[in-house]
Amino acid sequence: MMELLNILEWGVSILLIFFALAAVVSKKLLTSIIFLSVLSMAAVAAFALLRAPDVAVTEAVIGSGLVTFIFVTSIRGLRKAGDSI
Amino acid sequence: MRKIFTALFVVFFGIVLLLGISRTIPLTKYEDKIVPTSAGGAFIEKKVNITTENYKDYKDVIFGETRDAETGSANMVTSVVVNYRAFDTLGEITVLFLAAVGVSLLMGGSGKKKRLGKSGFILKTAAGILFPVMLITGIYIFTHGHLTPGGGFPGGSMIASSFLLLYLADEKFELKLKGFKVAEGVAGTLFIVIGAVGLMAGGYFLMNFLPTGTVGNLFSAGIVPIIYVLIGLKVGSEITGVLSDMMTVEVHE
Repeated sequence: MMELLNILEWGVSILLIFFALAAVVSKKLLTSIIFLSVLSMAAVAAFALLRAPDVAVTEAVIGSGLVTFIFVTSIRGLRKAGDSI
Repeated sequence: MRKIFTALFVVFFGIVLLLGISRTIPLTKYEDKIVPTSAGGAFIEKKVNITTENYKDYKDVIFGETRDAETGSANMVTSVVVNYRAFDTLGEITVLFLAAVGVSLLMGGSGKKKRLGKSGFILKTAAGILFPVMLITGIYIFTHGHLTPGGGFPGGSMIASSFLLLYLADEKFELKLKGFKVAEGVAGTLFIVIGAVGLMAGGYFLMNFLPTGTVGNLFSAGIVPIIYVLIGLKVGSEITGVLSDMMTVEVHE
């Protein structure tokens, strides 16, 4: 049981680092935002494993839901202004 | 219109079901397992060796919920956030209110407006099914904030994202935001009124003046669930207003 949890924690940590790097490195802004959203989902798993369920619930709703919406909306607004992003 | 009535009916039914379930079958029977603490305050959880014999008594305390709380709320985080540091929570609510006011000043102008985006068939169909589920989950989270993880802020945000789903699914969907604004104002005022009643009754602002009841029941912990319901309503209506401001753009011609 303990080994399984350890393996899960290692996997979630590696996923966190991978998605954070992918969000930084990716060329298009929209791809970067989607990677940030996936990073939030991995963070939810990490918080639940670290026994912080209150933070996990908040992160699931705000981090991967509302923040993604706000970023996508602002990117749309920037495109409306005429620049090619 | 018919969709909204159906959704409201489902929500009402769900609330009745939730209340009924949690009143007849308590989620966890905390009153059987009160362990007296000799010293060190009420929030130190007793370290008990969980063996195969007494495993059944302790298995439903998953995330370190306390069993002998002074405030009467099973969730320790809630008892700090809404009871001991309720004044800080009032400050957070104020910050969120100011942010919502700023967004509506910047983006909710009084010009000609246009909605962003188009929606497909799958999103439309899924939104009709998902909207009541998300709304009920949000209401559940802030109603049970003193028992299970979560609380007013995640519950309210979940309600707001369920309305965001309706906005995304239908291009012509418009909420009557007046009711939301009234709910927000009433909830914020009642928060302060409850705090002032504590000031009158006991001596300090936001005192827990109601009886705390049995730890683990839905109607326990005094003013904590009342304040969390108010916070959930306020945050939900505020963020819904912000999202509906962001969904529309002014057209310059």
